[in-house]
Amino acid sequence: MINKYGVKQLSIFLENRKGRLLEVTEALKNASINIRALALAESAEFGILRLVVNNPEKAKSVLSSAGFTLREQDVFAVEVPDEPGSFYSVVKVLSDADINIDYTYAFVGDSSKAVLVFKVPSHKLEEALKALDEAGIRLVEPMFFYD
Amino acid sequence: MWNQIEGAPREELERLQLKRLQDTVQRVYHLVPFYKKKFDELGIKPEDVRSLDDLQRLPFTTKQDLRDHYPFGLFTVPMDQVVRIHSSSGTTGKPTVVGYTRHDMEVWIEVMARSMKMVDVGPKDVVHNAYGYGLFTGGLGFHYGAEKVGAAVVPSSGGFTKRQLLLMKDFGATILCSTPSFALHMAEVAKEEGYDLSKDFKIRAGFFGAEPASEGLRQALRDVWGLIYIEAYGLSEIIGPGVAAGCPYGHLHIFEDHFIPEVIDTNTGEVLPDGTEGELVFTTVTKQALPIIRYRTKDITVLHREPCKCGRTLTVMESVKGRADDMLIVNGVNVFPSQVEHVLTKVEGVTPNYVIVLDKKGVLDKLEVWVEVDDRVFKDGIGALEQLKAKLQQEMLNDLYINVRIKLVEPKTLERSMGKAKRIIDKREAEGLKKND
Repeated sequence: MINKYGVKQLSIFLENRKGRLLEVTEALKNASINIRALALAESAEFGILRLVVNNPEKAKSVLSSAGFTLREQDVFAVEVPDEPGSFYSVVKVLSDADINIDYTYAFVGDSSKAVLVFKVPSHKLEEALKALDEAGIRLVEPMFFYD
Repeated sequence: MWNQIEGAPREELERLQLKRLQDTVQRVYHLVPFYKKKFDELGIKPEDVRSLDDLQRLPFTTKQDLRDHYPFGLFTVPMDQVVRIHSSSGTTGKPTVVGYTRHDMEVWIEVMARSMKMVDVGPKDVVHNAYGYGLFTGGLGFHYGAEKVGAAVVPSSGGFTKRQLLLMKDFGATILCSTPSFALHMAEVAKEEGYDLSKDFKIRAGFFGAEPASEGLRQALRDVWGLIYIEAYGLSEIIGPGVAAGCPYGHLHIFEDHFIPEVIDTNTGEVLPDGTEGELVFTTVTKQALPIIRYRTKDITVLHREPCKCGRTLTVMESVKGRADDMLIVNGVNVFPSQVEHVLTKVEGVTPNYVIVLDKKGVLDKLEVWVEVDDRVFKDGIGALEQLKAKLQQEMLNDLYINVRIKLVEPKTLERSMGKAKRIIDKREAEGLKKND
């Protein structure tokens, strides 16, 4: 199921330095790359910017040649009703299947739907997709994000 | 003067040196395969050493040679005669090891007692010894020397500045042994803590070594503590502290009845005349466990052989002006950039780009290693990166014996902030601590 539902996410290493986020976003703007979802994790000295974009291959080459350290990761996304308890129901499935969540972030899709992005350990990805599918949770195909 | 030999006529001293050199050459030739091979390659027999001038025909010994024979390969005695082992951090993981017989310990204590005698340290003195105790030779070297002259020794070792000040005041310390930067740090903390340095402390002299000190720093220590500044020079490969000591006239006398000095051209190995700057080389002539022929210290200095106003006829070396290699001295601890690289490679399996940044935190040295997080090193998780940082810091402490702060930076940051590709940035010199200012 990874081939069908795996979403390419770019993780970018950023020092906590003035103007650095501006430089990433500027590089993406100049290459006409659209950011579909993002999350930023930070520590005292550095941060990791995680992006799902409309054209991961192009974004990767643009950012690499601009000198950014990055890594491509397989994540997955689910679509849930935008209402209380939706997030819980997804986390519950993963928890029952004994799968740890590395990190997750979310955005509102349209007026009634929300999209949740999850990263789980790569050796657990297939298992996670299967468990969610069997529980009737709607998995989002990558085409939803890409052009 | 502790021993009459320090002021003996040169001829007498040189006769003694030659006799001892001949004994040492016999000893290493017959007991250490490494030296026999080297002598044979050069076609030299121990009997060929007929004058002190013949010393320059003998082969050199390097730190690499000590490492190649780790741990005890150059010892000339069985281990049951060894009563002490010290070591310093090595250049790529393995430490450099030195050993002492009972007799070697007596030599060491003798030269330390001579050092103490430079300012007549004796039974009325309380010696506060803030050199690190342990594998380093600094702490125990000064300890035994001070005991030998009958002083009361306070073995406080390094760190814990406030507690040290309390003990110095309450125990009435008269002599301070420490790195010069730590002595200045203590003075600053003392002021912050509300001590009156001239009233609360009785320090009359200090023995300072293990790191270079500018004349500005020396004068600052004289001023704040009101002490006589005595320079201490040594290295564990030769014996530890006590290879040379400063007299009250500020001349650093080499105890050359035990350690014969030469200065050479570091590139050609040619011996240079007195008064010429070059690399300092020592041959130990009384040591048993680890005698060393022509050890290349990599310290750059100048030798002088005129009699001193203090009455000593011993050769004088100028304060070390610099290094013939890339060794760094961080709060008195020797660090080689190759050690840092070794740890990075060991932990990550790859060698990331890095820069060593030396700076001052107050008056003490601070060592940071900026590691570039490139695609090979990058892990998609704050926790994983923090763990990497902690692991590197732990391994640095383990291998280098000092605290190193790791900073994870983006690629090219180093060039961007430093201007050009450099492996070592030493900001300390900008702070008025140049060696010869």
